[in-house]
Amino acid sequence: MNLLKIRDLNLSISGIPILKDVSIDIAQGQIMAVTGESGSGKSMTALSVMQLLPKGSTVSGDIQLNGIALLPLTEQDMCARRGKDIGMVFQEPMTALNPVKTIGAQVMETILIHGKTSREAALTRAKEVLVRVGLPSDQFPLSRYPHELSGGQRQRVVIAMAIALRPRLLIADEPTTALDVTTQAQILDLLKGLVKDDGMGMLMITHDLAVVANLADAICVIRNGEVVESGPTQTVLRERNHPYTQKLFAASRHVVDLPEPQKPAPLLEVFSVIRNYRLPRRKLFTNPGAFRAVNDVSFTIDKGERVGLVGESGCGKSTLTRAILGLEAIQGGSITLDNIPVFTKNKPNLDVRRKMQVVFQDPYGSFNPRHRVERIVTEPFHLWDEAPVGQARNDLVAETLTAVGLSPEDANKYPHQFSGGQRQRIAIARALITRPELILLDEAVSALDVSVRATILDLLADLCRSYGLTYLFISHDLSVVRSITDRVLVMKDGHIVEEGQTEAVFANPKHPYTQSLIDAAPVLTDFATPTR
Amino acid sequence: MKHTLILGLLLSAIFVAAAAVSFIWTPFEHTAMNIPAKLQGPNGTHLLGTDHFGRDILSMIMVGARTSIAVALVAVGIGMCLGIPLGLWAAARNGSWMDELIMRSNDLIFAFPSLVIAILITAILGAGAINAIIAIGIFNIPVFARITRGAALSIWEREFILAARVAGKNAVRISIEHIVPNILNLLIVQGTIQFSLGILAEAGLSYVGLGAQPPTPSWGRMLADAQTMVSIAPHMALVPGFAIIFTVLGLNLMGDGLRDYFDPKLRVSRV
Repeated sequence: MNLLKIRDLNLSISGIPILKDVSIDIAQGQIMAVTGESGSGKSMTALSVMQLLPKGSTVSGDIQLNGIALLPLTEQDMCARRGKDIGMVFQEPMTALNPVKTIGAQVMETILIHGKTSREAALTRAKEVLVRVGLPSDQFPLSRYPHELSGGQRQRVVIAMAIALRPRLLIADEPTTALDVTTQAQILDLLKGLVKDDGMGMLMITHDLAVVANLADAICVIRNGEVVESGPTQTVLRERNHPYTQKLFAASRHVVDLPEPQKPAPLLEVFSVIRNYRLPRRKLFTNPGAFRAVNDVSFTIDKGERVGLVGESGCGKSTLTRAILGLEAIQGGSITLDNIPVFTKNKPNLDVRRKMQVVFQDPYGSFNPRHRVERIVTEPFHLWDEAPVGQARNDLVAETLTAVGLSPEDANKYPHQFSGGQRQRIAIARALITRPELILLDEAVSALDVSVRATILDLLADLCRSYGLTYLFISHDLSVVRSITDRVLVMKDGHIVEEGQTEAVFANPKHPYTQSLIDAAPVLTDFATPTR
Repeated sequence: MKHTLILGLLLSAIFVAAAAVSFIWTPFEHTAMNIPAKLQGPNGTHLLGTDHFGRDILSMIMVGARTSIAVALVAVGIGMCLGIPLGLWAAARNGSWMDELIMRSNDLIFAFPSLVIAILITAILGAGAINAIIAIGIFNIPVFARITRGAALSIWEREFILAARVAGKNAVRISIEHIVPNILNLLIVQGTIQFSLGILAEAGLSYVGLGAQPPTPSWGRMLADAQTMVSIAPHMALVPGFAIIFTVLGLNLMGDGLRDYFDPKLRVSRV
């Protein structure tokens, strides 16, 4: 018998249909992945099972857990089941944990809520589960607070809370999206082991087909609230009957066609840069000490070269970006663009800054919501003495917007009228309008859906062709860096540990850290050409 | 949520309209005494009755609204004109000695009981509307400075500020172009609430005789005058009392309603 049976689930919120006739089955010990792009309704499917839907939702259909229909149950009955029969793991472990309670108290809370347990028994069980998720209490005492743990360890605590009462069904909503690749691999292993050992069923929501391919037994592709294809993972990924699955698959494996780089001539030279942050003063009149975020980093970027900078969170890549942009002073070494330092005597060198532009990760936070696109895009002209005015300016805005695949009429719109991918195009237009010599792309495609990401990467390649761009592409996503750069730098704990031609580094990584990064990254192999 | 905003707007509109109409028309001359008609209750001729000199209370309330608006508006203006730039400055230099200096001075002003110090200031500078404005205005500065700094700090963390810095804009420009438009709604809401507090403070100062001087009518002094007559002419106290209550209530409701209206997070229910 199936553990979870969803039949013809329909959901609408305030009259807007969200899910249409969704049917999913999960057996014991099975991992079912629900995949699709943002807004497809994959999270809403999970929330329907938990009955944690937002106000104004109307649900119809049938959801059965172990033969018990969940939809007719009262809120009180559902409360008894949540946490006990169904556990849930969330995307962002920092917000899923209460920052003012210890991890032990939070795991115990789940156990105590469902009653019939003494505090001692709950404490023992909490210790047990924390050991089970890889946080033994001799190294990680129960009195730790969430902020004292790393992202991966926090996610382990969230998982411990979810499995504390041995639920039959575990729902994981993008459990590794907020984590680094090496941590992601560990957490996925942990989840896989839990399902296998305890015979739980798992409903895993993810947008990442590579993760799905390595983890799930069955897959369910969802688009606009409808299941377009489902079945065993291998079969679905090999046959790809539905055009949407094909599109998702192609976008995930998208390889960009980069034009040949130009003749090398050094443009940006970074020489043994050191960047310290002051630590908080522990005692009055003592030296507060410093944290060295970037330690003796040197590299060169040639004109027309596309360089990738790879590293996990906290490795110093963002600090280095800010230093290159001249936003912060450095404590040692030098950064020069065309042989002019970017930062002199406590002041950024504005002549140099004019030649650089930047594209940020968050397509929602990187524009002033109260400015029109025209004003946003022309902001980099602020430093220009002879910035174009009047008609010439309008023409340039129109030309740049067309170059990034938007229409000139979009100049009069506000950023909230655009989708995430379109906003990232606006961000690229803003970086492009002054024809800078160097563009820094700081995780520029990390927040985008795979199909949107593929089009943005293609756009970058096109722009390389027409404008001869030089860029530094900063990312944690190895597959993206591999396809969009000529040369790659691998950064760890403030050092560059390996650098070289992208293909050479990926094919034959020298440094153990690079090897572990590449091993940990989930790979979506081409199932369509099986060896016969 | 929406009806509180409408009620607030309605009450505030009545108050402003009363003040505006008083410039061109009042039922009687507000200073005209008519001893034979003194202490009349509300009737056909004098809609809200007369006081102990036979002056028409409705006319005095209308002209008094003018005083309240003038004092509160200028006081809030002083608070905004000085407080917002100070708050922006502190936010732009977050963590520096300038930030510390501005915010600790704010704490210093906050540490004094405002009305008592206002009484002190008017006692030193002399009673009168202008000095009341100054006294109330000074206590509005830290309110706006603190709220501006808090809101601006969170905007400074956003990526479009970084983009503006990459474009080479300095802190003054960023504050004016990017910070202020994004915190304006908050400041407007705080402005209406400070405005209602200003009206209360003005009434309080006039009540102890330190606000606008006779013959300029003021709600606070009308209350003070009514004090001795409460047993024989309760309307003399009730009318200005209710005028103050409804005006302050209306402005507060309007502030709350505006906050909900401007906050997109609370706007979901209306979609």
